[in-house]
Amino acid sequence: MTDLITKSDGRLKGRHAGERRFKAYGMIAILISLGFLALMVSTILYQGFPAFKRNLVGLDINFDAVVIDPDGNRESSALRSANYTKLARASLRGLFPDVKKRRDKRKLNNILSSEVGYELRAMVLADHSLIGSTKRVWLSASGETELYFKGYISADLPEDQRRLDNDQIGWLDTLAHDGRIQTRFNTPFLTSGDSREPELAGILGALLGSFLTLLVCFALSFPIGTLAAIYLEEYAPKSRLNRLIEVNINNLAAVPSIVFGLLGLAILLNTFGLPRSTPLVGGMVLALMTLPTIIIASRASLRAVPPSIREAAMGIGASKTQTTFHHVAPLAMPGMLTGAIIGMAQALGETAPLLMIGMVAFIVDLPTGITDAATALPVQIFLWADSPERGFVEKTSAAIVVLLVFLIIMNLAAIVLRRKLEIRW
Amino acid sequence: MEMQAQRLNLVELPELAPARSKITSSNVNVFYGDKQALKDVTLDIPEKQVTALIGPSGCGKSTFLRCLNRMNDVIDICRITGAIELDGQNIYAPDVDVVTLRAHVGMVFQKPNPFPKSIFENVAYGPKIHGLTSSKTELEDVVESSLKRASLWDEVADRLQEPGTGLSGGQQQRLCIARAIAVQPDVILMDEPCSALDPIATARIEELLDELRENYTIVIVTHSMQQAARVSQKTAFFHLGELVESGDTSGVFTTPQDERTSNYVTGRIG
Repeated sequence: MTDLITKSDGRLKGRHAGERRFKAYGMIAILISLGFLALMVSTILYQGFPAFKRNLVGLDINFDAVVIDPDGNRESSALRSANYTKLARASLRGLFPDVKKRRDKRKLNNILSSEVGYELRAMVLADHSLIGSTKRVWLSASGETELYFKGYISADLPEDQRRLDNDQIGWLDTLAHDGRIQTRFNTPFLTSGDSREPELAGILGALLGSFLTLLVCFALSFPIGTLAAIYLEEYAPKSRLNRLIEVNINNLAAVPSIVFGLLGLAILLNTFGLPRSTPLVGGMVLALMTLPTIIIASRASLRAVPPSIREAAMGIGASKTQTTFHHVAPLAMPGMLTGAIIGMAQALGETAPLLMIGMVAFIVDLPTGITDAATALPVQIFLWADSPERGFVEKTSAAIVVLLVFLIIMNLAAIVLRRKLEIRW
Repeated sequence: MEMQAQRLNLVELPELAPARSKITSSNVNVFYGDKQALKDVTLDIPEKQVTALIGPSGCGKSTFLRCLNRMNDVIDICRITGAIELDGQNIYAPDVDVVTLRAHVGMVFQKPNPFPKSIFENVAYGPKIHGLTSSKTELEDVVESSLKRASLWDEVADRLQEPGTGLSGGQQQRLCIARAIAVQPDVILMDEPCSALDPIATARIEELLDELRENYTIVIVTHSMQQAARVSQKTAFFHLGELVESGDTSGVFTTPQDERTSNYVTGRIG
C-alpha cells in the first residue's frame, strides 16, 4: 500500500521548499514596489493637501464713496478704475494705529494679497449699494501669510532667516486672535488660471488645456489608429511590406516623445504655420505619439476575434467589408477602446513634446477653444516645480494630485468599458 | 416509413436513378504554397441528394468542400487549378462575384459558430445583407420559416431575442443551418457538422439532413463512416489528396472497387 501522508524523502522536501521560496520572492518583490508607490503617493498627498486650503483675512471695509465714485453718478468706468486696494489697506491700518513708518506700512500691506483690489472691485460692481457703507468682507491673504498659517514659517527661526519679521508675525497673531483669519476650501485653485502669485494660481487653465488637447488627440488618433489596424489586420496581404510596417509601428511606440515634439515644431509650426502653444498642435503631436499604441492594441483585439466568426459571415455571403464592420470590428471594439484610453492616459501625462511646441508659456487666461494658447497639466506641474516661491511647492504637489485623479478616472473608465462591452463566447 | 427503410437498408435504394449534376468539378488541383492538397479531383455532385466526402484526416476532403464556395480564397497562399461548375457556370471564372456565389452555396462549419447576437439577428443577417426582404414582416416570415426548416422553431419561438450563443451545441448548429437556409441557397456545404455534438444532437441533425435534401443539394464532410452510410446517397472517398472512389453510398460501402477504400471502410486504415 502506498503511504501518501507520512512518506516524504529529501527530494520531495526540497521541491516544497523551492516552491515556498519562489512564493516568498514574489511577495517581497510586490511589497517593495507597493512600498515605493505608497511612499510616493503619501508624500505627494501630504505636500499637496495644504494647497486645497486657503486663508482669508476679514476686514471691515468702509466703501468710501469719495474714493470709489467721486462724481457720484455710479458710472461703471469710474467704478472700474477706482483704487480699491487703498480701501483694504486703510481698513487694515485702522486695526493697527501704531504703524506709522512708511517701511512698516509696506510690511503691513504685505499681509494682504496683491489681488484684494480686484476682489473688492468685483463686490462693488456686483452690488452698487455697498458704496458708502461699511461691511466685514473676507479677502485673500498674501502668500507669506498663508505660509505662516500653514506652518511653513516658524517663529522660532532667527528673524533674518524667515520671510516674515517679528512685527508681521505679531500682527498676524493679533488678527488670528481677533477671529479675522479664516481657513476655507481653496475653490479658486480649481476655478482660475495660472498666476505669478502662488496664493492665486489655479489649475483650471491647465485642466482645460489638457482636456482640449486630449480631445484633438482622440479625434485624430482613434479613427486613424483603428482604421489602420483594421486595414493591416483584415485587408492587407501578408507581404514583406506589411511586416516591415508592423515592425516600424512597434518601433514608433518606443520613440522618445521629445522627438515627436521636434517633429511638431519643425513641420506643424514652422512648415504649416499652425498657431503656436495651442491645444490643436499639442493634440496633433500627441496623436502621432498615441497612434502606435492604439494600432498595436487594436490589432491585438482584432486578432482575438475567433476566425469562426469571419467564416460564419463569409459563409452566408457577407462581403469582406460587411464581415469586418458588422461582426469583427464590433467584437474588437472593447479592446480598441481600452487601447485608446490607455493611449490617452499616456498622452495626458506627456510633457516633453508639449514643451517643444510652446505649450509651456505662462498663460493666465482660460483657453476657450483649440486655437487658444494654453498649457497642460503636466507642463503646469513642470512650470510650478520650476518656480522659486515657496507657495508653488504645495501647488506642484496639488497639481500632481489632480493629474493622478484624472489618470485614475481614465483607467477606471477603461476597465468599466471593457467589462460593459465585453462579449463572451 | 419508406424513407426509414431506405436508411436502414443500404442495398435497396430505388430512387437513386441518375440525378442531374448540380456541381461538376474536373481536374481540380489545390496547392497550399508548395504543398499539393488535392490532385486532379473530378467529381459530380448530384442535385437534391446528400453527397458524403469521407477519408482519413488530411486527405483533402475539407479542402475540396471549401473550393465549392471559394472559402479557400481567403487563404493567401492557396492556389487552385481546374474547373468547378455550378449549374454549368465556372465558379472560378474571373467575372464571378464571390458574394453571390456564397449566397447560392451556403456553408455550415465544424464548430457551431453563431454570431454573438440574438437568435433572430443570426438568421435575419443573411436576408438583410442580400436585400431578400422588403419589409419587417417579410423578414420575420423568412426567419420563422428558416428556423422551422432547421427544426429549431419550436425550441426558440418564444426567445428569439436571446443570444444565439446561449443555446446548446446541437441547437447552435441547427441555428447555423437555419442561418444558411435563410439566404435561400441551392447547395449547403457541411464541414463535419456533428463532430462537436453529442449522439442525440447528432441524430437530430441527421434527421434534418433527410428532410433538407428535398429542397437542397447537400455536401457533407464527415469522419464517421456510419454517418456517411446513414445520411448520404453518394459517397466520395479521398485519400492523400486523391479522389480514390466515388459512387452510390451503398456501392462504396458494400462493394468498394479500390483496395484503399475497402481498407478504410472496414477500418484497416484511417
